[in-house]
Amino acid sequence: MPFGNTHNNFKLNFKVEDEFPDLSKHNNHMAKVLTKEIYGKLRDKQTPSGYTLDDVIQTGVDNPGHPFIMTVGCVAGDEESYEVFKDLLDPIISDRHGGYKPTDKHATDLNFENLKGGDDLDPNYVLSSRVRTGRSIKGYTLPPHNSRGERRAIEKLSVEALTSLDGEFKGRYYPLKSMTDAEQDQLINDHFLFDKPVSPLLTCAGMARDWPDGRGIWHNDAKSFLVWVNEEDHLRVIAMEGGGNMREVFRRFCVGLKRIEEIFKKHNHGFMWNEHLGYVLTCPSNLGTGLRGGVHVKLPKLSTHAKFDEILGRLRLQKRGTGGVDTASVGGVFDISNADRLGSSEVAQVQLVVDGVKLMVEMEKKLEKGEAVDSMIPAQK
Amino acid sequence: MPFGNTHNEMKLKYASAKEYPDLSKHNNHMAKIITPAIYELLRKRQTPSGFTLDDVIQTGIDNPGHPFIMTVGCVAGDEETYEVFKELLDPVIEDRHGGYKPTDKHKTDLDPAHLKGGDDLDPDYVLSSRVRTGRSVRGFCLPPHCSRGERRAVETLSIQALDTLSGDLKGTYYALKNMSDAEQQQLIDDHFLFDKPVSPLLLASGMARDWPDGRGIWHNENKTFLVWVNEEDHLRVISMQQGGNMKEVFNRFCTGLTKIEKLFKERKHEFMWNEHLGYVLTCPSNLGTGLRAGVHVKLPNLSKNAKFEEILKKLRLQKRGTGGVDTAAVGGTFDISNADRLGFSEVELVQGVVDGVKLLVEMEKKLEKDQPIDSMIPAQK
Repeated sequence: MPFGNTHNNFKLNFKVEDEFPDLSKHNNHMAKVLTKEIYGKLRDKQTPSGYTLDDVIQTGVDNPGHPFIMTVGCVAGDEESYEVFKDLLDPIISDRHGGYKPTDKHATDLNFENLKGGDDLDPNYVLSSRVRTGRSIKGYTLPPHNSRGERRAIEKLSVEALTSLDGEFKGRYYPLKSMTDAEQDQLINDHFLFDKPVSPLLTCAGMARDWPDGRGIWHNDAKSFLVWVNEEDHLRVIAMEGGGNMREVFRRFCVGLKRIEEIFKKHNHGFMWNEHLGYVLTCPSNLGTGLRGGVHVKLPKLSTHAKFDEILGRLRLQKRGTGGVDTASVGGVFDISNADRLGSSEVAQVQLVVDGVKLMVEMEKKLEKGEAVDSMIPAQK
Repeated sequence: MPFGNTHNEMKLKYASAKEYPDLSKHNNHMAKIITPAIYELLRKRQTPSGFTLDDVIQTGIDNPGHPFIMTVGCVAGDEETYEVFKELLDPVIEDRHGGYKPTDKHKTDLDPAHLKGGDDLDPDYVLSSRVRTGRSVRGFCLPPHCSRGERRAVETLSIQALDTLSGDLKGTYYALKNMSDAEQQQLIDDHFLFDKPVSPLLLASGMARDWPDGRGIWHNENKTFLVWVNEEDHLRVISMQQGGNMKEVFNRFCTGLTKIEKLFKERKHEFMWNEHLGYVLTCPSNLGTGLRAGVHVKLPNLSKNAKFEEILKKLRLQKRGTGGVDTAAVGGTFDISNADRLGFSEVELVQGVVDGVKLLVEMEKKLEKDQPIDSMIPAQK
């Protein structure tokens, strides 16, 4: 990235006011939290790999705001970013994750048996179910900062780990740079292909450098378990299928993820995790579980109800368009998923999705019959 | 040692071959020139401000090629880049600038009295005339690498210098970030406004960071002399007007530029210049004069002639669409300008445009009357 940290020496010749970014038109978590005092305190610091404060905040400086979502506006370049820049990142984490304090502990629970129900969401309404998370591999810097050598090493480790999976997880790796047209078409048809980032949120953070070198997609033969390598995080792990059997999706997710983690541990490259932040990922919004469990669900009536957003807020759920995080919904079909990532476990978050979607489908059915739903509106979870 | 270019140290732990970029699908000057041996030699180095080899070449890795133009694929982050990375940049410069050798000397000639003719290009064909160049302010890093403090200092110095201009050069500065809608619309209507870069060639090298902070446009009251601050170079200086009086355009260009240079020298921040590379700019393609003198000219018949490209080449001219460097021509109207930048003086290059365009228009007139032009085709200049 342009900030060779030797350049930090030059920058220190300028006063804090002269280097402090203009955030007057900005509305993201970083812009809300950053002050001249914090900037002054942290600007002469660097992580062991040389990541600086300006590296952390550049994406938030370059992207003032987004019409649909409150963006975070900062990224980590390595595991140590969250420690070295805690004076900035702790308040952002607190702001983003519902008041999570620097002293709080995060619980990890990937035992799918602890999930109650979830196998009976109505497939007339729930079109598909999906659970994703991210994982970072200890010992390497993160996508905004890593070199080609590091990225390729991550790819190599990942391919070794994944190709050793068997049974329902047996599958194949498709490197982006050597994909044939036929393979590419197939992956597009399966909705598996990830494209070079175009979102300026990602490109301004340096995550698209050297594309498509070191990037690829692995999936099992059944196309129900999928891993993205070196996109926004070192690994993105996804379990998905058509219909409403979230329980099965979550089972496959947990089992597959655990197997992968074991293999990485054996190679002395476990996942970045600590008891305060849980799984450490590139974007502070994904700390904790990194988990987004969601469905594509038809809610044409409920979504136009005056209390739709309030209901979602109370259920601790979030809506997106079916094209992903920064798209609008089409035809009354929404992507509904957990809003939380940090401070509650994987099981707890998926439970909220399962219970919440079940309720919303019941509400939709009531509205179809012209009945009121006010008595069904839940208390704040 | 704090702020050594730390991430560079980490990368060096990987063998050079592991860090070497994949350029198999690439077609730009950098990809043609760089080899694993050059990469290995230069990757340990950095400029005093911390610009590294990977910083120089990142844009060329991220942008394999362009349909209309052979891109350079590398940029400078500061004046010293051209020295520290000469083993890569000297051959790139040689390839790009017609065999210009590391021992060659470049001559600067900004005396408009040396231009012969140029005041009588036929306005029925030549719609507008324009001369532009770039200038870098010594003591500051270049747009791919500069900090906000540096960029703002360049802006402040520029405004101070430009505000002292008088007579027909007297003008006003419009900072991009304070622009009112009315001002913005006026600048768009005048074809003066430069927008946030969208070209990935520029984005990948970091030139759009912190947009629009520190960027602005200055122009005189007649709107014939214009300076862009902190776009692709510290300064872009432009003289332009309707019609074919290139002599007047060049007069104004030289007069204004010379005055501005004097003002910067007085403030102890002269322009980056040396006797080998002439004016030092961000992109190696703009070294030397940094000058592009051109016209928008109607050549609907000539442009369809089989020998059009050959004629342009012999005249050492280049065609572009009227939307700028990476656009296509519309309706037979072309942007015709000098192809060279380095190894020729400003006067020589503008003379080449004046004489060449005069000939092209005569050829166009002949073709209109269905007369052959073969005898008019010039020898290689």
